[in-house]
Amino acid sequence: MRLILAAHLLSVTFCCYGQVAATSVDYATQTITHALTQEPPQLNSMKATDQVSVEILGHVMEGLVRYDRRGNITPGVAERWEVTDSSATFWLRGDAKWSDGKPVTAHDFIFAWKNALDPKTASEYAFILYALKNAEAINKGELPTSALGVTASDDYTLVVTLERPIGYFINLTAFTTYYPVRRDFYESRGTRYAADAKDLIYNGAFTISEWVHSASLKMEKNPHYWDRNSITLNAINIDYITADTRAHLNLFIDGKIAHTGLDGETYKDALTQKLRINSFTTGSVFFLEYNHRPGRATGNINIRKAIQHVFDPAEMVNRVLATPGNLPGKSLFPAWVKGVSGKFRDEYPPPTATIDLNKAQQYLSAARAELKDIPPLVLLVSDSPIASKQAEYVQGLLLSKLGLKIVVDKQTFKQRLAKMSSGDFDIVGAGWGPDFDDVMTFGDLFASWNLNNRGRYTNPEYDRLVRVAMDSTVPTVRMDAMGELQQILFDDAVLLPQYEQGIIYLQHPKLKGVTRRVFGPDPDFTYARVVK
Amino acid sequence: MLIYTLKRLVAGIITVWFIATATFIAMHQVPGDPLMNDKAVSDEIRQNLEQRYGLDKPVSQQYLIFLRNMLPPDPDFGISFTQQNRRVNDIIKDHFPVSAILGLLAITFATLGGILFGALTAIYRNRLPDFIIMFLVILGISVPSFVFAALGQLLLVNVNALIGYSLIPVAGWGTVMHMLMPSLVLGLGTMALLTRLMRSSMLEVVNEDYIKTARAKGLSPIRIFFKHQLRNAILPVITILGPQIAAITTGGFVVEYVFAIPGLGRYFIQAVQQLDYTVIMGTTVFYGAFLVLMVITVDVLYGFIDPRVRLQ
Amino acid sequence: MIDFSPAEKSVATEQITRPSLSYWQDAWQRLKKNTRAIISLYIIVFLAFFTILGPFVWQVDPALQDLNQVSQAPALPKQALLSGAYEQWQRIVIQDFPAEPDAYREQVDAPESLRLIDIATTQGIRLAWNPVEGAGGYNIYRNERYPEGFNDLGLPLGSTYAGNEIGYEDRLSLEPFTYYYSVVPTDGFDEYEVYSVLTVTPQLTITIDEAKARNLVSDTATPGDVVFLEFHPLGTDYLGRDMLARLMEGARVSLFIGIFAPFFFVLFGIAYGGFAGYFGGRLDAVLMRFADFVVALPFLLFMILFKIAFGVGPGESGIIPMLIALVLLSWPATARLVRGQVLQIREQGYIEAARLLGGRDYYLIFRHIIPNTMGVILVTLTFAVPAAIFTEAFLSFIGMGVVPPTPSWGSMCNEGVKTMLSHPHELIFPAVLISITVLAFNLLGDGLTEALDSRLRSRE
Repeated sequence: MRLILAAHLLSVTFCCYGQVAATSVDYATQTITHALTQEPPQLNSMKATDQVSVEILGHVMEGLVRYDRRGNITPGVAERWEVTDSSATFWLRGDAKWSDGKPVTAHDFIFAWKNALDPKTASEYAFILYALKNAEAINKGELPTSALGVTASDDYTLVVTLERPIGYFINLTAFTTYYPVRRDFYESRGTRYAADAKDLIYNGAFTISEWVHSASLKMEKNPHYWDRNSITLNAINIDYITADTRAHLNLFIDGKIAHTGLDGETYKDALTQKLRINSFTTGSVFFLEYNHRPGRATGNINIRKAIQHVFDPAEMVNRVLATPGNLPGKSLFPAWVKGVSGKFRDEYPPPTATIDLNKAQQYLSAARAELKDIPPLVLLVSDSPIASKQAEYVQGLLLSKLGLKIVVDKQTFKQRLAKMSSGDFDIVGAGWGPDFDDVMTFGDLFASWNLNNRGRYTNPEYDRLVRVAMDSTVPTVRMDAMGELQQILFDDAVLLPQYEQGIIYLQHPKLKGVTRRVFGPDPDFTYARVVK
Repeated sequence: MLIYTLKRLVAGIITVWFIATATFIAMHQVPGDPLMNDKAVSDEIRQNLEQRYGLDKPVSQQYLIFLRNMLPPDPDFGISFTQQNRRVNDIIKDHFPVSAILGLLAITFATLGGILFGALTAIYRNRLPDFIIMFLVILGISVPSFVFAALGQLLLVNVNALIGYSLIPVAGWGTVMHMLMPSLVLGLGTMALLTRLMRSSMLEVVNEDYIKTARAKGLSPIRIFFKHQLRNAILPVITILGPQIAAITTGGFVVEYVFAIPGLGRYFIQAVQQLDYTVIMGTTVFYGAFLVLMVITVDVLYGFIDPRVRLQ
Repeated sequence: MIDFSPAEKSVATEQITRPSLSYWQDAWQRLKKNTRAIISLYIIVFLAFFTILGPFVWQVDPALQDLNQVSQAPALPKQALLSGAYEQWQRIVIQDFPAEPDAYREQVDAPESLRLIDIATTQGIRLAWNPVEGAGGYNIYRNERYPEGFNDLGLPLGSTYAGNEIGYEDRLSLEPFTYYYSVVPTDGFDEYEVYSVLTVTPQLTITIDEAKARNLVSDTATPGDVVFLEFHPLGTDYLGRDMLARLMEGARVSLFIGIFAPFFFVLFGIAYGGFAGYFGGRLDAVLMRFADFVVALPFLLFMILFKIAFGVGPGESGIIPMLIALVLLSWPATARLVRGQVLQIREQGYIEAARLLGGRDYYLIFRHIIPNTMGVILVTLTFAVPAAIFTEAFLSFIGMGVVPPTPSWGSMCNEGVKTMLSHPHELIFPAVLISITVLAFNLLGDGLTEALDSRLRSRE
């Protein structure tokens, strides 16, 4: 009896007992409170690479175009545009202004792009500007920045010369690296540009009014934004910065923040809260990448085919990851990628491997015959708990089903990158998030010239197909090439698709209009509002 | 005493120099590229990045440049590799005060609690209070600190939900209320250690003759405790406290993580994980100097607490 | 007249009636009678049995993953139904119904006839419902209690994106509990605030192929038979591995590191601190500065360096290197404590007396000073044990220590914290074992203190 009482007392103490009056949303002042997972490391739009910086920049700056609530391209600073095979012309609106009142002009874009491509700036995302004429040469130091194929025929007209025809060029211009930067302000700040709130000027829906590093960040509605009438929120207060998802959940339950992501451990606790849980597909794919270098056991196709016929992505998603929203991996191309007129994978269904133990054993025997002896395969993973769990699952699976011994090599971030570049692995857990809304953001991943092709897979046919898709602007030609490419990826078992990432999150019921994005700032509060 | 302190300070500076040098060498020996990130970059960009951070020079030259930048009056640790717009000096200046306040509060809890509970267990040796406190001490050190942090936060969430109003903040920093739970959790380990230490040194002291004499003289137990027992038993506590203060004020990684506190602790771990050379050197030198200072303080205090101790 | 006579020297008065005991012999006798020490002895014996003999008694592979029983609480063996191989789910799309609504409607009805297709098993639960006029798709939710309203539907499992796609299969970590499914119609993008609920309790099932592969059934088994799944007396972890087997294997690593690392670095610390404190002056200064130097070094950085230096390859559990590294980086605290005590003690009267009697330094340090520092030393030892276990856990976490699938108690605690509220057994068991170990050493320390410490001895 006493035990039951004690258990009840304990459960009451650690189980939630009511709701706290929330201060995370305020209808009268249209203010919300939010939390970030890390301090934004780089708010210089020409150099930003990480998701948090992109999220903040997407709220306070704006490029030629932006994404609407449905994720389609819609006019930003540019009112209208015209794209041909060799050039693109943008007509900028006259009322786009910076937060100090001065107008946003074509020169601001030219300055930003030239600066980003300047090898001295050493921007890691400079490659996204390679669509412009001479951009790659400039970035390699072969030409001066003045040679960039972009001019301003007047203050509000921007003319871009393309390096080669690119059908999806408009999608690229929404990217952070394409945001404008005003020369006089940038030069006045020198090395302090983007170091603090006062070292930036803003042309987006919000400005950063206050920034206490690693502690808080306050965004306020930008009175000079051209579309300010569509913006309802007056302020977004980021009062907490920590990577601990459980802390975020606790803050949400305590009524302190209006929006929080949930992960595999915290969603069960969230269920007890009787709150609306939403789900969202991030658009990233996760897969196992093989080392195709000569001399590596994984360079042998039979081993890869054996693993292909034994690994069940559905089991991984349903039993190991065990959070809703993830989809079993079927291909390098995730489900959302657009094809000619509909979804790419509807038009070009990916080949799937049947889970067949006998077939797998046959492949393995063939591999053993060719290789004489298969050493334990090294599976390189990062030191995050999720990666570790997945690695242990793969290790257990391959051992029990195939008798294939896997050793797990857990490395911290930099050491793992070093090993990936030098090829010191057999299999590595990898993921790829899309940069822009076109099939090419995934397609060229295994091209032999791509530095991100860490396994050094080389296939002249694959390279040829990538070039076909790059050089053509005819959708059917491009998509056919990508479809063939998808088949090669399967036939050659180049990679092992595991899952397409989905996440779940909580949102305060009075907060509406939040957009989750595959591209661009995510979550996006630009069009959000607090209802009564 | 003054000469002694001065000598110690000079020795301290030499020690810090050794620490910096050893760390510098170790840092450059560890494989991994501080400039490499998920997206691979072309060679030209690589070269420019290296130039900006001075990594294109030979290691020995980098070391000399580092030393030159260290010299007072204005030591400059450079710019962080990961937060590319922040100077390491600013990082330390912004975040150390937070960690310091958190740490000092934690040490206060730990010391007061440790002395109190330790004394209680010694006085009530082998009776119920002793067993209860020792059980809690064992629990306190057997359970990892992140469990306590998570439980502590959960407790606050539930208390607030019970009241219906967010009385104590569950995370964040800024007011005194924010500091209570994190510093309590941070101080738990030290409190357990101090309780135990206090207990063992009290047990030794409590049977000494001079205590019996004092009691025979008729002194009140409280007076005996503070004037005689405490002073003699506190030496190990002080010994531990010195370096512990340095460690806690800079190492509250878990607590800062769970309670979203903008302290210096997480920089220590993250800097190594991301091979942020400048931050590693900055935090290590800073911590080393702080530690050396605390140790000197402790040694000087020895002489005041127990006049029998000669350090020469 | 002399009325006394000198006392006779009788052998009897000078006889020693009991054997003379040395310090250590006396201590040993007292230890044997000490209750605390006896309790700690029992605990240590239990731990030894658990670690060394345990795996022979409970012969289960700690790395075997049983994905049908993920994160199970301790329970009696469960019965499962045998089923045939999993058949691929075919999306249910009906022909004579529009995929998109012809016009946007303000309101639609809740889906009717939400029902199960086939029996519900933990391999998959298949739902279907009648199409709703004006719907462009459906969202499917799952909760573990009856939904109390539109905001309480639970987990969003997935969606269909056409008004005529009216089926869904749920396979997400199904367990034989009662689930409440809700289906919400959408216009293809946004939801309508209506829903239907269905209560489903799936049957615990295992496929024949899997059961045969794990030797749970003979070859003559057929679908529909009932079979007992593996018994996990202490439950399973997040990948379905047996907790008891993992705790036994983890004991090896944790106890090895937890006992030997502290043993070595405390021993070294005693010697180091003893010398520094006793000799004082220059030697003390130099030795202590070196100790400060070691403490100030960034721990993580040097552990990475040690791992490289010791040449631990990928997938190798670098336990000895980790032990050496732990010892090399942890001794200063003990050294400093001991040195402090020694500074205090060496000024005591009896030390001076012993020196005047001709005692040499060695003798003074080991016979007089060190035994009087026992109290502090034993406390350090007690605290060093869990500290070493958790440092090992942290290192394994970042890849420096044991590699998967090898468990250790500390890393099991790390994993268990995440599911602290939903599956507490994953945290409680390793934490309890660590607590027991610490308790054992604590009691042993107390017992030793009472036996060895001269001041306490003099009381009895």
